[in-house]
Amino acid sequence: MYSFTIRNKVYRFNDLKTLLAKASPYRTGDVLAGVCAESYEERVAAQIALADVPLKTFLNEAIIPYELDEITRLIINDHDTASFSLISHFTVGEFRDWLLSNETDPEVLRSVEAGITPEMAAAVSKLMRNQDLIAVAKKCVVITAFRNTIGLKGHFSTRLQPNHPTDDPKGIAASIIDGLLYGSGDACIGINPATDSPAAVLNLLNLIDALRQQFEIPTQSCILSHITTTLDLVNKGAPVDLCFQSIGGTEKTNASFGINLALIDEAYQATLSLNRGTIGKNVMYFETGQGSELSANAHHGVDQQTCEARAYAIARKYKPLLVNTVVGFIGPEYLYDGKQIIRAALEDHFCGKLLGLPMGVDVCYTNHAEADQDDMDNLLTLLGVAGCNFIMGIPGSDDIMLNYQSTSFHDALYLRKTLGLKPAPEFERWLIKQGITDDKGSLLQINPSHKLIAGLL
Amino acid sequence: MKDKLSIPDPLISLKEFTAARIAIGRVGNSIPLKQSMEFKLAHAHARDAVYSTLDVDGLINKLKVFELPVLHVHSLATSRQKYLKRPDLGRLLSDESKELLTGFTTNPDVAMIIVDGLSATAVNENAPGLLKILVPLLTAAKISIAPLCLVEQGRVAIGDDIASGLNAKLSLLLIGERPGLSSADSMGAYLTYNPQPGLTDESRNCISNIRKEGLKYKQAAEKIFYLINESFKRKLSGVALKDNAGLLD
Repeated sequence: MYSFTIRNKVYRFNDLKTLLAKASPYRTGDVLAGVCAESYEERVAAQIALADVPLKTFLNEAIIPYELDEITRLIINDHDTASFSLISHFTVGEFRDWLLSNETDPEVLRSVEAGITPEMAAAVSKLMRNQDLIAVAKKCVVITAFRNTIGLKGHFSTRLQPNHPTDDPKGIAASIIDGLLYGSGDACIGINPATDSPAAVLNLLNLIDALRQQFEIPTQSCILSHITTTLDLVNKGAPVDLCFQSIGGTEKTNASFGINLALIDEAYQATLSLNRGTIGKNVMYFETGQGSELSANAHHGVDQQTCEARAYAIARKYKPLLVNTVVGFIGPEYLYDGKQIIRAALEDHFCGKLLGLPMGVDVCYTNHAEADQDDMDNLLTLLGVAGCNFIMGIPGSDDIMLNYQSTSFHDALYLRKTLGLKPAPEFERWLIKQGITDDKGSLLQINPSHKLIAGLL
Repeated sequence: MKDKLSIPDPLISLKEFTAARIAIGRVGNSIPLKQSMEFKLAHAHARDAVYSTLDVDGLINKLKVFELPVLHVHSLATSRQKYLKRPDLGRLLSDESKELLTGFTTNPDVAMIIVDGLSATAVNENAPGLLKILVPLLTAAKISIAPLCLVEQGRVAIGDDIASGLNAKLSLLLIGERPGLSSADSMGAYLTYNPQPGLTDESRNCISNIRKEGLKYKQAAEKIFYLINESFKRKLSGVALKDNAGLLD
């Protein structure tokens, strides 16, 4: 039982998950789930009470029972006591101040990473303003590698997302070439296939692999099919660089996705065994997003941001190349407007980075959310300042397959130019060699006879 | 709008391969004004569609030809804002609407339900045209039709509430789909056999993108008519029925 009194009114919170939910900044998904604070005052009371909870409490009070949920078991069993020792005496509030202090530098943060549980990360984020989330995330540097290096300080990458409603090979190739000529695609070239049929997925894998080899592009490909489809293709020797899966923060959510930890384990080992990375062995690509647990009716009364952070426990077990929170895709019943989408994105980026993940964000919205390009410009800029590893690159922001708006190739160029950020170094060298950018990163005028274009026609 | 400063895009020749917004050129690193405004306009159409309202009088007028009673009902979502935040409320009928239905339990074969969904514009524009082809097909096949229901602030599952209230054997629900940038007026048709509250999407068949520039009324009506017949024959709808629907293509 937790409580806090404001002007003789006693706010009581029965357990840790209730306290976390009531302390969470307002969002429609928590209202829909019936776990949201009922007044502004109650929310602040919960936050003040949460600030006094010792971090150790999170190791003793599971918000979803250990016996019921394999994610809880993963969190508890993999907890690193040695890493935790430096912060073990803190309350959540003291932890917040410590994270912000100048002495807590990237190396210190790295050293405690394995001692922080997702619930601790979620809890501390609830006490932080947006600028706190940005300031601390900026200090967490997470570097991963496959055929290039992602997440280096001063660098900023993009997943080229050339989706097409019927997976038409020429249509997809046209979007890929368009993106490459705008300097996009260093995080990966990643397609959401219109169907999950193995034959269709294999076609797309072969398409990108041929293109990559023909032009010696130092990047990796991914077809975002279900993990079982990818696993079958890996076992048949298909050219799979990265293994993709959407994950959620509860066992029941993942069951609704048709996955569990044993399956991810198998796919991870299988993909690793292909040994296709030239400079690194990070072979997994995970996607997450607040609200998926409620959407699967599998949230156990836990608020959507804490659920989201729990999904990161799965991600970090498999040393992914990329983790992408698809923040605005889920719709207004979970994140209503630009303000809620922006807050959620900064929370996800912060929690992921704090837990040691190579976080990217799909800066996006649907047409029934109260959001527009201006909100996305704000979020994009904030994430650039926060040191986000990557965003999406979609022709003109318009994904004609998934029917939502994300960031354009131009958006990434804006951010790179405005904040002085560069693509992954290996990819940057390739862009210069192809005559796409100069050595300062400025786009060059492309001749219609450029070999990338001629190759397609 | 002149765009003297924008750099012509070398990829113009690739535009024929995809509807994606490729080869849009650039000014500096930014999207040229013309393309920026085109995008803004498409988004404006989508936003206006989300906030469009069911043209109840216009629809009643156009549906007169079928000589069926028309019932105007409402979900529990009392405003568009509530509708967007609380999808659960959009799935349930208001008490007054439930009351209204009680006078019409005639055990019809098909309940025909027209719902605003996320684009009332879509049903305002497309429902009458589709029904003008579909209703005569059903009538000729001696399939009886319940009173037509016009639903405000409704989601797909509200059809279960309505059709079971009318004691219908099957529900056919026409609803405005979530507007995309390329189409703000796309209508979906959902077919559910033995509609009961609590059903989920796997018990339904969906035909999407019904509009003048998408799936044409005649093709859509024929597809729906085929599915209704199959559904009655096999006494089911949803995933199991979908397997055979491929024969149409």
